[in-house]
Amino acid sequence: MKKLLLLAVLASFLILPGCSKKKEEETKAPEAAPAATAAPAGKEIRAAFVYVGPVGDGGWTFAHDLGRQMMAKLPYVKDVTFIESVPEGAESTRIITSLAQKGYNLIFTTSFGYMDPTIEVASKFPDVVFMHCSGYKTAENVGTYFGRIYQPRYLSGMVAGKMTKTNVIGYVAAFPIPEVIRGINAFTLGVRSVNPKAVVKVVWTQTWFDPGKERDAAESLLDVKADVITMHQDTPAPLQAAEKRGAFAIGYNSDMSSQIPGAWLTAPVWNWGTLYEEIAKEVHEGTWKSGKIWYGLEHNLVDLAPMSKLVPADVQELVNAKKAELASGKDEIFTGPIKDNTGKVVVEAGKSLTDDEKLSMNFLVEGVQGTIPK
Amino acid sequence: MIEILLFATIKAGTPLLFATLGAILMERSGVINLGVEGLMLVGALTGFAAAHTTDSLFMGVITAFFAAMAAGAIHGFICVYLRGNQIVSGLSLTMFGIGITSLFGRSFVGLTISGFSKVEIPVLSKIPYIGQALFNQDVLVYFSILLVVAIHIFFYRTKTGLYLRSVGENPGAADTSGINVGLYRMSAVLVGSGLAGLGGAYLSLAYTPFWVENMTAGRGWIAVALVIFAQWNSTRAMAGAYLFGGINAVQLRMQAMGTSLSPHLLMMLPYLFTIAVLVIATLRLEKGSTPEPEALGTPYDREDRK
Repeated sequence: MKKLLLLAVLASFLILPGCSKKKEEETKAPEAAPAATAAPAGKEIRAAFVYVGPVGDGGWTFAHDLGRQMMAKLPYVKDVTFIESVPEGAESTRIITSLAQKGYNLIFTTSFGYMDPTIEVASKFPDVVFMHCSGYKTAENVGTYFGRIYQPRYLSGMVAGKMTKTNVIGYVAAFPIPEVIRGINAFTLGVRSVNPKAVVKVVWTQTWFDPGKERDAAESLLDVKADVITMHQDTPAPLQAAEKRGAFAIGYNSDMSSQIPGAWLTAPVWNWGTLYEEIAKEVHEGTWKSGKIWYGLEHNLVDLAPMSKLVPADVQELVNAKKAELASGKDEIFTGPIKDNTGKVVVEAGKSLTDDEKLSMNFLVEGVQGTIPK
Repeated sequence: MIEILLFATIKAGTPLLFATLGAILMERSGVINLGVEGLMLVGALTGFAAAHTTDSLFMGVITAFFAAMAAGAIHGFICVYLRGNQIVSGLSLTMFGIGITSLFGRSFVGLTISGFSKVEIPVLSKIPYIGQALFNQDVLVYFSILLVVAIHIFFYRTKTGLYLRSVGENPGAADTSGINVGLYRMSAVLVGSGLAGLGGAYLSLAYTPFWVENMTAGRGWIAVALVIFAQWNSTRAMAGAYLFGGINAVQLRMQAMGTSLSPHLLMMLPYLFTIAVLVIATLRLEKGSTPEPEALGTPYDREDRK
């Protein structure tokens, strides 16, 4: 009896936590075909996405899935599937392998932790194209892609710099890695470009996802007079805390204006759709080559969510002008002179950081109050 | 500043306190429950869902309690009546809680409710330094403090409490003296699970009034550890919950104020205390007294009675 029960419970272990699989076959009506006949008959695309979170997270994975849906509408894309909540590590290797075995010829892995599994599986399936998001390892059939989200962060910093009255802005930061640090710096440079007196106070939560703690971090910033709060994590908790105390809120990842109506200003957001369409087209036409994609506002991969009514028209105009400049390819955000917050010159006048230097950024610019935890 | 810190400490500690009290109640009866994390999630989701649909926070709290109780009943049935392995059952309850709340919670992501607001208690809230922190909180905080006292009285001043403890210490002897071991254990699991559910509901109704998948972020596991920290004692549970909540509040505020002390060092402290408490408890054990329920984790079978 006991053994039976134990078995049953163990079996439930195997079934329950497994990632939920969903299939969404988007078959094209034959009538749509003539439109595509102008292009040379290329490879039919069967694409698959591996997500780290649930599609309903309202943040990172949600944004990727919007992009997937856009790509699914292309005439030569036969079907697009996705698997959500795939743990990083050994489990992801199994999932990616099974997708390649099932005949998917374009596989997107959308989290940093899938980097090694992707490279490993790709070596066994040379005919399948793999695209890994946010990593640095490539191979013959593995490309990487990511976006210059620091550009809209700079713009959101300008909004914050104009809106603050106490000249203290609170930044709820996640982990001390270059991606997060780059965000803080770009934001601060944006703030200081319009308001040199303002400072950005940083609190690290060491979480990607713990609403309670992130809210607490925001509270601690509000306690030291911050009147604009922004964050790097996926949950709206810090922004809710800001709203409750009558401060302004700047989000991340997606437009949460409906959740924080009384405080929402804007947010840096992702538009994966156009990039996904572009990659599918290249693979379809056979022109795809492995590489490292790092697009910005000019490719519309990243954007600034519409600014709310709380932002005065003249500020909106100013920010939109800067946005147009960045979108035209003139990106001088990390161009000197830039000092770090100990007063040392890190970028000399007239010089700019290279992409590699931006990707390994490890200092906080002047105007940031806080340290990088060691 | 002290007032602000104390206020944040109590708020951060309250979900832990509810869950720890629930776990203590269960463990005192001899049933260990590693499913607290899952129960908290069930409470958080059902509480939020009910509050959102009925527009009543009170309904949210009630629903969270009973929903977590229902989920805990599975654990109780397996452990008490089928005499299954309590560790395995508890772990699967956590998995079950995570899975089922992700599944049914999807449609509630992105919705908001207004959440519990502060209720100021007159006179007491005017006490300098601690008044605002202790007596200007939401009703659930007051309830959790009352609960600490109530459970203490229940354990040490009532006959039922004594019986419950005896069931956890020596179910064979309790059975001989006419106590219904199964009934006591099952009731403890039901009420304890409900309390764990309230811990979750505190998160989704008062602390961060929204629902997202896995929003408890490991607090259920901290509660399981806190039971040992508290040595199965409800007043010490309060100290433990506030200590864990307090360290977090302090380290974030120290960062905001710009001190250079490493946050990692501070985050380590509660766990260091836990180890210290374990060491002290084990040393005491050698002298022959331990607060750990003797029959904890062992299913009771009258046929096997010694």
